[in-house]
Amino acid sequence: MRTWLPYPLLSTGLFVMWLLLNQSVAPGSILLGLVLSAVLAWVTLKLQPARSNLHRLGRAFGLAVHVVGDIIRSNIAVTGIILRSRRRPANAGFLTIDLDLDDENALALLACIVTATPGTAWLEYDRRLKTVLIHVLDIENEALWRRTVKGYEAQLKEIFQ
Amino acid sequence: MSHLTDLPPWAAIAVCALLLLGAATTLIGSLGLLRLSDFYERLHAPTIATSGGTILICLASILCFAVLQGRWVFHELLIIFFVTVTTPVTLMLLGQAALYRDRFEERQDVPRKPRPALDEE
Amino acid sequence: MIELAIIWSVLLAQSMLALAMAFALYRIARGPRAQDRILGLDTLYVNAMLLLLSFGIRTANTVYFETALIIAVIGFASSIALAKFLMRGEVIE
Repeated sequence: MRTWLPYPLLSTGLFVMWLLLNQSVAPGSILLGLVLSAVLAWVTLKLQPARSNLHRLGRAFGLAVHVVGDIIRSNIAVTGIILRSRRRPANAGFLTIDLDLDDENALALLACIVTATPGTAWLEYDRRLKTVLIHVLDIENEALWRRTVKGYEAQLKEIFQ
Repeated sequence: MSHLTDLPPWAAIAVCALLLLGAATTLIGSLGLLRLSDFYERLHAPTIATSGGTILICLASILCFAVLQGRWVFHELLIIFFVTVTTPVTLMLLGQAALYRDRFEERQDVPRKPRPALDEE
Repeated sequence: MIELAIIWSVLLAQSMLALAMAFALYRIARGPRAQDRILGLDTLYVNAMLLLLSFGIRTANTVYFETALIIAVIGFASSIALAKFLMRGEVIE
């Protein structure tokens, strides 16, 4: 199984994407999709991406709900800041946060989550000191941002171990 | 000419509301790009357009074609997936590039690198 | 009556998206620095993609999706290339 499908999740994702692109579930496109997803997973094997074993995939769903809620909330908050910015300039600033994640993929996911949320942007991760530099649009709630990032970190740790 | 008017009223209202809300969100995101005063502040503006605007407009499109053609077409999910995954990557790279350039020019309002002697990635 | 409302609201949404594109264009033209222009370009292509999607809704034609998808892919690649160029190419001469 491992030799034929080195990355089952990646292959499944590619297969679903292929069917969506074709917009059909005819036998021909299913066969071609199976072949393509297997071959592309083999190609990825040559790139040697960092492996991480996922525990408790069910927790990922909780994390996704959490992230979507946060994104909606900060969308509204940032909209308010932009609309008010003519009268009251945004109070932005940099923030350094200590992290305790070792897994490369977990770090990448955390970076994507932080940047996808309007109001926070991931700028730089220091591997040696294990700190991350984040720019936030609303520095007044500094403690809140720290708590949010720490919360994501704890959830990612549970998933990735 | 427009077949959009063939939609039943409930679907038409839902599609128009999603479309207008998505367009307004995108407009506010771009307004942020126009108004905010500093590059690092402006870095936050496009995520509104992508996370809010793209998802809302794609949902409007999914609903519209599902009702018009009588079957679910999930083509737009690919666009949602692709845009939400790629935009943070672009913004992170841009932020890093800006930080690098600002440090190179020794601007004072940017935080220094933690340990300058040991660096290069 | 409702048909008129549909047509006008789609038009309104399209003009909002066009205005958003104009804002992004202003940021590209104005700068002041290279990273601002690239950020403007990034926003511009996302807005153009959304405008194409709304054209698709307006004309009830699915051909526009392929175009939107292609714009998303090519825009992403070009923004990444430009950001990489800023980091490695221009500053160290």
